[in-house]
Amino acid sequence: MNKEETIQELKAIVKPYIQNEEAFENLTEDTDFINDLKINSANLVDVILDIEEKYDIVIDNEAMEKMSNVKAALTIIETQLASK
Amino acid sequence: MNKRVVITGLGVVAPNGVGLTEFTHAIKNGISGIKHDPELERLQFSCQIAGKPEISNEMALRYFSELELRNFNSSGILYGVIAGMDAWKDAGLALEKRDEPDWDSGTIFGTGTSGIDKFRESIYKIDAFETRKLGSTAVAQTMNSGVSAFLGGKLGLGNQVTTNSSACTTGTESILMAYERIKSGQAKRMLAGSTSDSGPYIWGGFDAMKVCSFKHNTTPESGSRPMSSTASGFVPGSGAGALVLEDLETALARGAQIYAEVLGGNVNSGGQRGLGTMTAPNPVAVQNCIANAVANAAIQASEIDIINGHLTATSKDSLEIENWSKALDRSGVDFPYINSLKSMVGHCLSGAGSIESVATILQLHHGFIFPNSNCEDLNPDITAIIDKSRIPQQLLYRKIKVAAKASFGFGDVNGCVIFKKF
Repeated sequence: MNKEETIQELKAIVKPYIQNEEAFENLTEDTDFINDLKINSANLVDVILDIEEKYDIVIDNEAMEKMSNVKAALTIIETQLASK
Repeated sequence: MNKRVVITGLGVVAPNGVGLTEFTHAIKNGISGIKHDPELERLQFSCQIAGKPEISNEMALRYFSELELRNFNSSGILYGVIAGMDAWKDAGLALEKRDEPDWDSGTIFGTGTSGIDKFRESIYKIDAFETRKLGSTAVAQTMNSGVSAFLGGKLGLGNQVTTNSSACTTGTESILMAYERIKSGQAKRMLAGSTSDSGPYIWGGFDAMKVCSFKHNTTPESGSRPMSSTASGFVPGSGAGALVLEDLETALARGAQIYAEVLGGNVNSGGQRGLGTMTAPNPVAVQNCIANAVANAAIQASEIDIINGHLTATSKDSLEIENWSKALDRSGVDFPYINSLKSMVGHCLSGAGSIESVATILQLHHGFIFPNSNCEDLNPDITAIIDKSRIPQQLLYRKIKVAAKASFGFGDVNGCVIFKKF
């Protein structure tokens, strides 16, 4: 998995949900989905469903709870892809 | 002291016209919105014709964000939000976002079901062990108050935001509930309206009851025949209507256009006693509802110039005429003009009362009476009570002042509202 590539893919996935354009433009590994991108917390489940669809993986409830920022998302995607 | 209540904005999403300009043109010219429905044919419905508003994705994007339209599958909310926002704009009210809610404005926006297609989609997913894939919007799209919740957010309403439900009386009832709230001083402005989902999953139950016409599958435009001797059941429809009701002083202070005044009205039920059942109206209750509406509006029955009936195109139409005649004590040539919008749009169910009220107010405001279609062969039981000149089949231009609008619904519930040109 190429980290830079995955970040770009993640960016495309979260784009419809973000409410802070500036934080989105400057998205890094440390960007928080809710606090920085201002994604409505109800929409986080949609982001996760979109990630599942994109990578054909399943993100369980425990992993979902941890997925609050870009870094955590990358780790979870990596783990899931490795166990495929 | 009671406040006077006026109508300052209208919005409509009807099978024969979306938006006031298109809809006014359609009702003046008797343009039908009833079409053959390939989906109903595929599903082997008895009635394969229906009235369905046409909304392009491009149009939807003027009212909803792209995000809101992702996985969106609720036709009732789509129609209701378009009609509601159009009415707000028509009333000259701001649509831009403010930080503070508008504490003086609310909505009572009714419906019978919400997002029935989304509900079906969700049920299939749940049964396939995919509950986790429902996404975040299944609730907002399928809760009955979805339409008022969407509107409340888009308009920043800070007063009462709710959804009423009383079958085919819903739309007429929402106007009266909004009227009461303003009259008593609890709100300055209320968006009143109602909507109905489209499609087989809302219409199927009626088809099964054999209350829809199955004789016009190849002649859709002549299928909805209120007051005709060959009326053979209603044609299912859908859509939404919306009215901005406002305290007169507030409306005058901001220089708003005023379409009409709501003089009063009545809602009641026949209790499913006497001749009343779940599906048939108790005539005593219908007559009381109309008579009480007239009394509540503090007018004489003789002042009513025009009636917009419920008149669904079933054998019950003559009973409705008899009820109006008895309640108003008027018959023959003395009976008010009467028309039924359902000849052009079918029966829009929970959306009917609002769409038909918008049509009624447009007639008062512009001084016309839209023609009744498909009743060239008037039911003799009707012409035995009222003169056929009272059932115009051509567009008439008349200075009309007072209109009565009634709706009757399953559960033996009734609503009648009286409007006066302002």
